[in-house]
Amino acid sequence: MNNKIDVRNFNFYYGDFQALDNINLAIREKQITALIGPSGCGKSTFLRSLNRMNDEIASARAEGEVLLDGKNIYADGVDVVELRQHIGMVFQRPNPFPQSIYDNVAFGPRVLGQARKNTLDDIVVQSLQDAALWDEVEHRLHNSALDLNPGQQQRLCIARAIAVKPDVILMDEPCSALDPVATLSVEDLMHRLAETYTIVIVTHNMQQAARASHYTAFFWLGKLIEFQETRKLFMSPQEELTESYISGRRG
Amino acid sequence: MIVNMEQSAPTVAPKRKPVPRHWGEWVIENLIQLAGVSTLIIIGLIFAFLLREGLPAFFEISPATLLGVRWYPIEEMYGLLPLLAGSFIVTIGAVVIALPLGLTTAIYLGEVAPRWQRELLKPLIEMLAGIPSIVLGFLGWVVLAPLIQKAGAPTGLTAFTGSLILAYMSLPTIISISEDALYAVPKEYRDGALAIGATKWQTIWRVVVPAARSGIVIAIMLGIGRAIGETMAVMMVTGNAANIPALGIGMFFQPVRTMTATIAAEMGEVAKGSLHYSTLFAIGIVLFLITFSINSIAGRLVGSQGSRRSGGQL
Repeated sequence: MNNKIDVRNFNFYYGDFQALDNINLAIREKQITALIGPSGCGKSTFLRSLNRMNDEIASARAEGEVLLDGKNIYADGVDVVELRQHIGMVFQRPNPFPQSIYDNVAFGPRVLGQARKNTLDDIVVQSLQDAALWDEVEHRLHNSALDLNPGQQQRLCIARAIAVKPDVILMDEPCSALDPVATLSVEDLMHRLAETYTIVIVTHNMQQAARASHYTAFFWLGKLIEFQETRKLFMSPQEELTESYISGRRG
Repeated sequence: MIVNMEQSAPTVAPKRKPVPRHWGEWVIENLIQLAGVSTLIIIGLIFAFLLREGLPAFFEISPATLLGVRWYPIEEMYGLLPLLAGSFIVTIGAVVIALPLGLTTAIYLGEVAPRWQRELLKPLIEMLAGIPSIVLGFLGWVVLAPLIQKAGAPTGLTAFTGSLILAYMSLPTIISISEDALYAVPKEYRDGALAIGATKWQTIWRVVVPAARSGIVIAIMLGIGRAIGETMAVMMVTGNAANIPALGIGMFFQPVRTMTATIAAEMGEVAKGSLHYSTLFAIGIVLFLITFSINSIAGRLVGSQGSRRSGGQL
């Protein structure tokens, strides 16, 4: 199995504060990798380093390498805008734009210069089908996206992300604002998407990591403590810190 | 059990709402209520007064005369069209100038400018709003009018001169309110757009500005309201010729007379109770109706937007 993303000796700072300390991690292609750990352990920072969303923060600084298909995304001359077209992102709170369902999904392709209506229609239908939302919105594509319930909104955000055909999808606690039923539907969807996409998901919920991922990385205070196949990490953790965290004695 | 609870509720409620124990509270409550109601009463009185003084004009002057193209009160020609045209031309000119300038300034301030520039510029812009209109009129008269005449217009006192001054006057309102609206757009929308691979400009233009649309509409409407009601500055620089210019771009470069300027200029000279006098009030009624409809259109646009937004998660 190929490594889609290779993180090497990666450090990250907010001003003087070191948020990530020498991270080395390989993310496998077309697998779901979960990042777990207590609040403030750096897992979200790490996720946002993978598509350089942290660039938007003025005091942020990164060291080391993040290789996407062997190319360092932090190298000089990398076009961040183009990078983000290859690495999509889904956020903690569903954030559909206050526009129609159709316009939300068509946003990415339009930004990339696709203007032909037929092509856009096809992309919108396909993306909504892939995001398991088509049946629910088929007859109201031109209604406001804000009329959808939170679970539907989050799947719409996933449809919006896959409409530009990224290689990788980053998910930052995508279910934390959803009820259990909506959570399950998003997890189902993740499994289907993993046939096509490489998925990295940050989660607070250890059951979710155990249920829904192939690999799990455990972060603690900015360090990567353990990285394993999910089953191994939960059944027989190598590190004591991991064991005490997943059994609920710490964190 | 549930029935019991519902039945007992009314017996409990009166006990919790006794006559106010503190008479101070009672006084304050009523004073506040009086203040609130008095605004309504004053608006009502203003409108009643306008109607009383102005309505006779609508009955005594034939509609054909009122819709005439000549405003010569001395010869009993009370055509309102030239004044309406004057107000509209000046206002439209002002909006056409102020809208792109104001919106782009707001976008620059809110989305692009570094923090120190924003903190320097925003109070400065808000200070512009405090410049008395007569000072701007003076500026228009002394500086702008000669420039416009030099540029080839038959006279410097034109509708365009008025539009420039009015645009300048409505800019602080448009900038300030649009910028607030842009600022209120949740960061999540920007993140969402950037994460898909939109450029900064695409994010602003396709997501942030549309999301702030309701606030921007309010800004424009308030700008128009300010422009159409403005009197002194406009009276000084538009030439005050009550004629209807031929439709076309040239109409901006001829003297016009606005409704407000007419009232201000002629009110001092008419006999109270005369037909001319009540016609001036009739102009006031028309002006009132125009601003009222602008406001309610704005309100409706904003209302329909607002309910959509509040239905969302963000």
